[in-house]
Amino acid sequence: MMKGLKKWRLFALLSALTVFLSACGEEYISTLKPSGPVGQEQLNILILSVIIMALVVVVVSVIYLLAFIKFRRSKVGEDFMPKQVEGSHTLEVIWTVIPIVLLLILAVPTLTATYKFADVAAMDQVDEEGNKNALTVNVTAKLYWWEFEYPDLGIITAQELVVPTGEKVYFNLLAADVKHSFWIPAVGGKMDTNVDNLNKFYLQFDEESEGLKDGVFYGKCAELCGPSHALMDFKVKTLDPEAFDTWVAAMQATEGNVADQNSSDAGEAAFANSCLGCHAVSAVSGAGVGPNLTAFGDRNRVAGFLEHTTEETTNWIMDPEYYKPGNLMTGKYSVTEEEAQAIAEYLMTLSVED
Amino acid sequence: MSSVAKKKGFGGHIWDYLTTVDHKKIAILYLAAGTLFFAIAGFEALLIRVQLMIPNNDFISAGLFNELLTMHGTTMLFLAATPLLFAFMNAIVPLQIGARDVAFPFLNALGFWLFFFGAVFLHLSFFLGGGPDAGWTSYASLSLYSPGHGIDFYVLGLQISGAGTLISGINFIVTIITMRAPGMTFMRMPLFTWTSLVSSTLILFAFPPLTVGLFLMLVDRMFGANFFDHTMGGNTIIWEHLFWIFGHPEVYILVLPAFGLFSEIIPVFARKRLFGYSSMVFATILIGFLGFMVWAHHMFTTGLGATANAIFAVATMAIAVPTGMKVFNWILTIWGGSVKVTVPMLYALGFIPSFVAGGVTGVMQAAAPLDYQLHDSYFIVAHFHYVIVGGIVTALFGSAHFYWPIMFNRALNEKLGVLTFWIFFIGFHLTFFVQHFLGLMGMPRRVFTYMADQGWDTFNFISSIGALMMGVGVILLVINVLISIKSAPLNRRDYWGDGRSLEWALETPLPFYNFKQTPLVRGYDPYWIEKEEGNKEGMVYAEPIGDIHMPNNSILPFVMSIGTFVAAFGALYSPWGDQAKAGTAESVSPGLSLALLIGGLGLTIVCMIIRSFKDDLGYHVHKEEVVQIEKELAEYRAKGGKR
Repeated sequence: MMKGLKKWRLFALLSALTVFLSACGEEYISTLKPSGPVGQEQLNILILSVIIMALVVVVVSVIYLLAFIKFRRSKVGEDFMPKQVEGSHTLEVIWTVIPIVLLLILAVPTLTATYKFADVAAMDQVDEEGNKNALTVNVTAKLYWWEFEYPDLGIITAQELVVPTGEKVYFNLLAADVKHSFWIPAVGGKMDTNVDNLNKFYLQFDEESEGLKDGVFYGKCAELCGPSHALMDFKVKTLDPEAFDTWVAAMQATEGNVADQNSSDAGEAAFANSCLGCHAVSAVSGAGVGPNLTAFGDRNRVAGFLEHTTEETTNWIMDPEYYKPGNLMTGKYSVTEEEAQAIAEYLMTLSVED
Repeated sequence: MSSVAKKKGFGGHIWDYLTTVDHKKIAILYLAAGTLFFAIAGFEALLIRVQLMIPNNDFISAGLFNELLTMHGTTMLFLAATPLLFAFMNAIVPLQIGARDVAFPFLNALGFWLFFFGAVFLHLSFFLGGGPDAGWTSYASLSLYSPGHGIDFYVLGLQISGAGTLISGINFIVTIITMRAPGMTFMRMPLFTWTSLVSSTLILFAFPPLTVGLFLMLVDRMFGANFFDHTMGGNTIIWEHLFWIFGHPEVYILVLPAFGLFSEIIPVFARKRLFGYSSMVFATILIGFLGFMVWAHHMFTTGLGATANAIFAVATMAIAVPTGMKVFNWILTIWGGSVKVTVPMLYALGFIPSFVAGGVTGVMQAAAPLDYQLHDSYFIVAHFHYVIVGGIVTALFGSAHFYWPIMFNRALNEKLGVLTFWIFFIGFHLTFFVQHFLGLMGMPRRVFTYMADQGWDTFNFISSIGALMMGVGVILLVINVLISIKSAPLNRRDYWGDGRSLEWALETPLPFYNFKQTPLVRGYDPYWIEKEEGNKEGMVYAEPIGDIHMPNNSILPFVMSIGTFVAAFGALYSPWGDQAKAGTAESVSPGLSLALLIGGLGLTIVCMIIRSFKDDLGYHVHKEEVVQIEKELAEYRAKGGKR
């Protein structure tokens, strides 16, 4: 009967677990629905560890409940004087050895994956012509926004990472001001962007993001970095390799683009007057003070989290402090409501996609 | 010199507590101060959970939210859990080893007052421009960047209260090693005394790294040094190491005494000797040792490299083994016993599954590659609250019920206690169980808000409801305490009827010298042995009634702590700090800043000199007085506690 009870509990627990693991979370942000081998392997370790730990919990709970139910004073009698046992060497050995074995089972995939995920040797490999084999992205985390530079392709973008599917993408991670942490939950675990040193790791994106709810994966800052830490979101667009090449070419073609102060477009003129000092509109321009806006019109969100509309863009330009307290854009410029509106309309036209 | 008869005015009582060196009164001071800060930090937690109840909430602003989460964590660990455990260590350990007081009563008082003034200093930040906002970890790049004085309050407040904790730790080590009654060998010490010893040893080794880190941060922020400023050749990762070399053992500093408390409660209510005593002692020491070997598991994502991560992953997993031993020993103590479900036992029974849940999620996070996903997500929030609330807070609440009769000669109400337990316990699981899933679903920790429709709305709502229930539970406990003040005094020994260790051999209320004669310990569970042999008098004694040597009260610890408190303001408003120079923090003139620093520290040093040159050898309670006091106490008890 004991055995039957134990089996039933294990079965119930595992099935409850399966329901939880399969049904929880949104595809574009949940670690439980990975779309890439890194996240998948991490999920596998999660499942293995959950099984081992569930086993421990079940065994402990069964002994615990039995002990409690069998030996209550109301059951054994008010005057029952228990035998004052000192302990048992056999039992001590058993509950030392079994956990060690269970931990060894968990340690093997842990160690393998630790070394595997840290292997970034392929970053430096080149083909016969001296071109890098793998795609590298330099990620710079700045107070409440993200810069993504593709050093081998000569382009730069911000807030929306664009990557090809089906290959390892390598990342150089750095923070420009305070420490942040780069995390795309649905694709793989995070790594910190330190201020002192470059961190390197890789991720692989297997699914095209087009089919997702917003057409993008969600990225998060995972290290407390100030008042707007919670709003330091970015988005990830994954394209098939061909589409990615098209995107790269379109980005490269923006070389030399600037906003014209004398433009007949009032938005472009106002932008050139008030914004161009910090925000470039060409992807081939090196790192800027503020986010590169070349592909602003293609983005999914304004400032990482606001609805991507002209209205929200205008609101943002008028009072960024209200939306992202502590950001470094506030107070660096002054525009009227009409100018902000015009700038927002202009920004929406900045696009490299069809 | 009678402890009962002497009437004092209100002012007299205040003066008594300001100058006391009696471990039982210092325990009450720790209990009161710890409860106050527990309530404050709990209130902060409620504000946090109300803010996160619904998406896009604007109940609390982003900046204030960061201050709340920082102060919640800092206060709970340093200013609530630590002093509350010190309260029980002070109240019980000297009794358990048959001592009249701790080894250094003066230092005991100094430790408390330093802790208290450090804590008050830290909390003044809310009224003087805003609290610290870089998390309880206060990682260097963010804390150096943070404008205003919040971080300065954190650094100075923790520096002062940390000194108090260190002093208390040293005091307990010496007390437990040198002041045990005859026959109380190491392997006869109760588990709570053992865990207090190991935990105090951890304090001795863990607090210096924190002190060093805080000092470097102090000179960086307030006097323009660059230890952590990477643009000037400093390094922020060093702060992470210093903090976690302290921070991880800190968890064990808190949880080991909690283990000890449960190891006292469970045998009493199972009416059975603690199972596997020697392996429990061994496990305690092993956990303490391994606790220092695993700090970098808090830094798996910092980029230390695969080998460092692999080593720390395996070392972390190893801790699960001695911890598991303890859990099985507790269960086996129940097995074959006669379990009476009182409120303390209820907390112990609730603790076992909760702590196991917190432990296994800890092992999951020890798997470094998996931790890349779990780190800094809500999963870790769930994990450490299972350990801290499920392990430490349940121990504190359970022990409050358990030891109330010894500490106050009153009992807490059982019925209300049971109700409190269930409300708190259900609220606790409701709050934190779902947070595991929030983390797995991609929710980072320390976020002041979140957008709707990311799959997190329901669980956040459930979590907040649970937090409110925990709040109700704590209020009920406070009501229970208030009711107990009006309840009838107990005037007896061994309130629970099945006490095993020395503290239960004493009749309450206790005289200020504890045992009128030092007891003779004839084995493990000495009081149980005496009861088995039909000794009605409590204990057998190792000496005839004689003069008792006791320490004198002193106001110096209080004054010394005020000195450091004053000096801290001098450092806080220093004009030489980067923030002060940049105009982002208020400062005073160099002269005033130096005057406060020198004046404050000078006051402390003058007190130290007075203490060193004025020999205070204490006083003797003469044999006749002891007999008289015991007689008065007996009459007092016979009259049911009426004078």
